[in-house]
Amino acid sequence: MHTLIKFVIDYTRYVLKGGAKFYAWMGFLAVLSAGALYGFYLQNTEGLIVTGLSSQIHDGLYFANLVFLVGVAAGAVTIVFPAYIYHHKAMHEVTVLGEMLAISAVCMVMLFVFAHMGRPDRLWHMLPFVGIFNMPGSMLAWDVLVLNGYLMLNFACGFYYLYAKYTGGHVNNKIFMPLVYTSIVWALSIHTVTAFLIASMPARPMWFHSMMPIRFITTAFAAGPCLIILAFMIIRKNTKFWIQDDAIDVLSNIVTWCLGLALFLTMSEIVVELYARTEHANGLYYLMFGLHGLTRLVPWFWSSLAFMIIAFVMFLMPSVRTNYKLLPIACVLAFVGIWIEKGMGLIVPGFIPTPIGEVIEYYPTLIEIVMTVGIWAMGLFIWSILLKGAIGILVHDLKYEGSDAGKSIDFPSSGETAASASR
Amino acid sequence: MGVAALMTQSDDVKATVEWAEQFQGNYRLMTAAEKAEARARLERRYSAQYSKKVTVDTSEALPGVLMGYALNIRKCIGCRRCVNACVEENNQSRGKNPGERIEWIQVLRMERGEFSKEKMNEGYPEGLGIQVGGNAYTPAGQVLEGQYHYEPALVPEKDATYMPIACMQCEKPPCVKVCPVRTTYREADGPVVIDYNWCIGCRMCMGACPYWARRINLTTPVLPKAEMNPVTHYLGNRPRMRGVVEKCHWCLQRTRQGRYPACVEVCPVGARKFGNLLDPQSEVSLILARKNVFRLKAELNTFPKFFYFYD
Ligand code: SF4
Ligand code: SF4
Repeated sequence: MHTLIKFVIDYTRYVLKGGAKFYAWMGFLAVLSAGALYGFYLQNTEGLIVTGLSSQIHDGLYFANLVFLVGVAAGAVTIVFPAYIYHHKAMHEVTVLGEMLAISAVCMVMLFVFAHMGRPDRLWHMLPFVGIFNMPGSMLAWDVLVLNGYLMLNFACGFYYLYAKYTGGHVNNKIFMPLVYTSIVWALSIHTVTAFLIASMPARPMWFHSMMPIRFITTAFAAGPCLIILAFMIIRKNTKFWIQDDAIDVLSNIVTWCLGLALFLTMSEIVVELYARTEHANGLYYLMFGLHGLTRLVPWFWSSLAFMIIAFVMFLMPSVRTNYKLLPIACVLAFVGIWIEKGMGLIVPGFIPTPIGEVIEYYPTLIEIVMTVGIWAMGLFIWSILLKGAIGILVHDLKYEGSDAGKSIDFPSSGETAASASR
Repeated sequence: MGVAALMTQSDDVKATVEWAEQFQGNYRLMTAAEKAEARARLERRYSAQYSKKVTVDTSEALPGVLMGYALNIRKCIGCRRCVNACVEENNQSRGKNPGERIEWIQVLRMERGEFSKEKMNEGYPEGLGIQVGGNAYTPAGQVLEGQYHYEPALVPEKDATYMPIACMQCEKPPCVKVCPVRTTYREADGPVVIDYNWCIGCRMCMGACPYWARRINLTTPVLPKAEMNPVTHYLGNRPRMRGVVEKCHWCLQRTRQGRYPACVEVCPVGARKFGNLLDPQSEVSLILARKNVFRLKAELNTFPKFFYFYD
């Protein structure tokens, strides 16, 4: 118990102190988050009228980000899986960083849920025992369940591992491994349930097909690792912690094939829907070409497709994939492409036309954008804190006093030595 | 919210009552005593708020009743009187700004369409000599997008037919299935209702409804004191709050007292019929037995209790 308290105190202390760069970054995020708080305030005094939502298009930017971030959270499994199933050594060293991403992504999802709800003050109605949970009927109830489960699993796995490192003790595999395996399967379940959430509504023909879960998984397993690769690059540059090239290469391989699959699935959908061009294709048609002269989403769709295709081609070329100057560009392209695809390209056109055939356009208001940016900032804030502490423990800056944790391994400080050490 | 209400509202009754409402349970699961308490609380608050005696009915479903609705599609002239009567009867929001006006009924205007000799050889792909299309580009009997807020000088218009819709009170309502907190549910006598105090505004039900029958209160409903209808039902037309979903409930405040819904009463051509489906002699039952009847989107298996017929 004493050690645990010490752990929390040490962790907090360690996270609080940092260089000017760190403070500037955190300050920047804090300012953006403050914007979101103001948005929350406005929404809860004025109502959702401050957003661009309407009774026709009642899910917009918040819901889109929510769906996307569930994917990012699930994407963390692309680190955990190779590490524990394939015993990939380089990955093993960084698994905990992936778990930290999962935790922060789920936190962001929760914040977006708050932003999305018409009456966030009543969210307690969903709590077990005090409220009512519509199980097993409601997909949203399932989603809440799997998301919270995932949060707890990652929290448990991540911090148990860190705590063990901190004290210099050993990880008890009898407890740890079952948790890890569960979290791997669970990661799939969170995005699948989110896909079911929207795919199970025949009232929305654009979403009503069984390809949705697999499309969700492929895009998630492309977007998640992209973000992780970017984070790895930043960590390599700015901290003592050296992430091996090997780990990055595995991730970029995963991105390549998941992105390819995602593009293939998109193409299949386009061919099937648009060849027959039934009324059910109206949503997709609106997205791709516009309907009745309304074309706001068209540029989004094509830019998303262009981003994804360019990124895919870049990832396909080994010379780009292993060039760590170009790789981040490909990652950003893929990440942004998928973000658009999930948001403006999937959620919004699902409501256009409405079930009675009305074509109405939606565009997020400034408040919505401020909120969205702010919630992302909060998420990055959380992630930065988690990563800083985790890295501190991994490089043994942060250890239980008196433990000999630091002495066991010596971390190489440059890329060359790391690469040669792993070979 | 309650705290906010306490601080910002000068109106004490409203604030304290809202505070209490904040913690009340799901209406369906309340005991009789709790229901009576909730009712008294609301009557007090609404009366103070709208400066008139407001009653909140809490009568339960009558045994042996299953409400049903039938609409004669041949007769509707598209005057939209039902829409306005519904807004007035059910205390819907009636502001001018977008998002502030809520209408539960829509009367869809459908084009009669035309086929003309000149277009016999048109089609696409253009110039390739493969004809896929031709005349089919002028709609016939198709809903044109966004065409229910029309205000024609004279009805019925020559080139249009009308299709009124509202909540179909499905027997297998997808909106009920998706609600994560069981706010919306089907009453024993048929209508699907919403406990406005329990709705968290997640809008899942709006996504699931194939008839676009639900509305979200994006802002506090605009309901002038003078125009407020003081005869209300807890699950029906009592004033709603911001951030919750609402929809047609077949005027529970009337129909549970043996009256017709407002839209039935107001229809100038008698296109709308309402009654007990379990009574073989009721108007709707006779229509089901004798007329040509259909339901909308039957392929979705929602089994509406709202029937269209023609003779
Ligand atoms: S019409 Fe829509 S709102 Fe009404 S019961 Fe059916 S699904 Fe629910
Ligand atoms: S918006 Fe309200 S009624 Fe609709 S599903 Fe959500 S909680 Fe249920």
